[in-house]
Amino acid sequence: MPGIVWFVVRRLFATVLVMLALSLAVYLIFYAIPADPAHLSCGKPCTPDRLEQARHFMQLDQSTIQQYLNFLRGIFAGRTFGDGPAAVRCEAPCFGYSFPLGRPVTTLIADRLPVTASIALGAAVLWLLIGVSLGVIAALNRGRLLDRLSVGVALIGVSTPSFLLGLLAILAFGFWLNMVPVNGYVPFTESPVDWAWHLVTPWLVLAVLQAASYIRLTRAQMLEELNLDHITTARAKGAGEARVVVTHGLRGALVPIVTLFGLDLGGLLGGAILTEKVFSMQGLGELLISAVGQLDVAVVVGVTLFSAFLIILANLVVDIVHGALDPRVSHG
Amino acid sequence: MSSSVAGAVSPTRQALRRVRRDRSARVGLVLVAALIVVAAASPLLVKLSGQDAYTYHIDLLDPARGNAPLGSFGGVSAEHWFGVEPLTGRDLFSIVVLGLRTSLVIAIVVTVVTTVIGTLLGITAAYVGGWFDAVLSRLLDFLFGFPQLVFMIALGIIVPAKVPRTLLLIGVLSVFGWAGLARLIRAQARSLVTREFVEAARSVGSSGWWVITRELLPNLLGPVLVIATLAIPGYIGAEAALSFLGVGVPPPTPSLGRSISDSIVWVYTGADPWFMVFPGIALFAAVLGFTLLGDGVRDAFDVRLRRTR
Repeated sequence: MPGIVWFVVRRLFATVLVMLALSLAVYLIFYAIPADPAHLSCGKPCTPDRLEQARHFMQLDQSTIQQYLNFLRGIFAGRTFGDGPAAVRCEAPCFGYSFPLGRPVTTLIADRLPVTASIALGAAVLWLLIGVSLGVIAALNRGRLLDRLSVGVALIGVSTPSFLLGLLAILAFGFWLNMVPVNGYVPFTESPVDWAWHLVTPWLVLAVLQAASYIRLTRAQMLEELNLDHITTARAKGAGEARVVVTHGLRGALVPIVTLFGLDLGGLLGGAILTEKVFSMQGLGELLISAVGQLDVAVVVGVTLFSAFLIILANLVVDIVHGALDPRVSHG
Repeated sequence: MSSSVAGAVSPTRQALRRVRRDRSARVGLVLVAALIVVAAASPLLVKLSGQDAYTYHIDLLDPARGNAPLGSFGGVSAEHWFGVEPLTGRDLFSIVVLGLRTSLVIAIVVTVVTTVIGTLLGITAAYVGGWFDAVLSRLLDFLFGFPQLVFMIALGIIVPAKVPRTLLLIGVLSVFGWAGLARLIRAQARSLVTREFVEAARSVGSSGWWVITRELLPNLLGPVLVIATLAIPGYIGAEAALSFLGVGVPPPTPSLGRSISDSIVWVYTGADPWFMVFPGIALFAAVLGFTLLGDGVRDAFDVRLRRTR
């Protein structure tokens, strides 16, 4: 399949370009700011001498472009701030160093990522399953009770802000029914069962909200797809109903669903951040919000860039899956 | 002139007729109209209730229960229609209606700004094509790949405190909001650009601006209206989410998202669940109303909003 290989190479190349453009943009935006990280770390009283020293140590006395290049190099080769015994080493991949917290941004992100990733990935799997299967069920039962129920669930999902539904879910399942824990996060490595048990409400909340648009899309696509000629052909050839629906109908409906999923990845992280706050879990969102409060620019830039990279990478994967599902895409 | 053209009902009027016949769209329309009236008249309503959103009423709180409101339903009374806020005793009715106004004003301003920018750029890209189209398409890809909420939170660090947060919020939501609209309008406009009437206009020497605003735009008003209506609930939710996270509308300006965020601890401890109920219902009604109306408008104009590339 040389076609698909060429397609992947082209997409990879474009992805690297977008990442470079994006990191430059983010860097320029955040380093044009009035809040001076050196000023914050030099303490009181801050003599001009000490300020200069701090600036030099944090490599803020170099030009913005030079700083950006240092940042890029740091991702691959790591960085060292200052020299001698006081030097601070930030190992590759170095996304910057938080002087207020005294730790590399990469470590900070790595500490928090499991929380956010657990919420986001679990929810994504669940909502794809719920959304696509309810959509198919709705399409197969068009106009009947099941269809109306699915469409109703979709409408409520679309109209409820995620944090509101999360709070209601905690109230109902956590406090009134006393079924699930109401907050906190247990690492997977500590106890997989507790991990899932603490995450089941956030997953369901995010999944119900997101599934809404998938129910609507899948339903519309399936209704259209099931009217096409090749479905009639498959039926005429005696294929069973399950085979007709899944192999012939759903396959055609899958491409727009994958496209929607690609677009939603950008929002997935945002949804996870809101969910973290509702369920009082200490994830990336909490890291970012507290960094904004403390004017910790390195963390803010690091988290922003890291999440942007994640989304771009995920989009790349979606594009490739897209190309594999629909030959027209990879040859277009 | 034959009367068949003059007598024919315009597509817009047909669409409006369909909206009126659609039951859920009617519900949406009534809800939206009611909310807009309440929001627009909110200063008046607040005055009518004899309260304001800023005065503390410590005497209405119960120190024995951690300063939760005295009385049932969160302290509902003839003076305080929705009760009072725990801890401060501020009038909750004033906070909710003024918060609703904040939400709607931000959402509607952002929708107007993004609609104008997105429509003009989308049509222009389709009409001009070439490098303009290529650059715009890359820019849209860029904006779509961006972690929007993360960036909106992060922006709080670089914008000086002098800049009013409400304006910042409108600006940020607009910067990310126009992209989706521009992409959809571009796709719709591309199918029009090759049609005869555009060709005809061009052949008699009409300027590009004329073709875009007088020939293409009127034909795209349906889709634009649909996309704009469907976008409003998204902005209401986004504003509420940012305020909920504490990076949106700053206190003491009333905001539904912030009130809901403040209410968490009161709901969890069971001390005053009503503190969440009133702002929660207002927010839910606002999003639901605009969603129903948007769906109805879409069905009425029969616009297919395929997410095509």
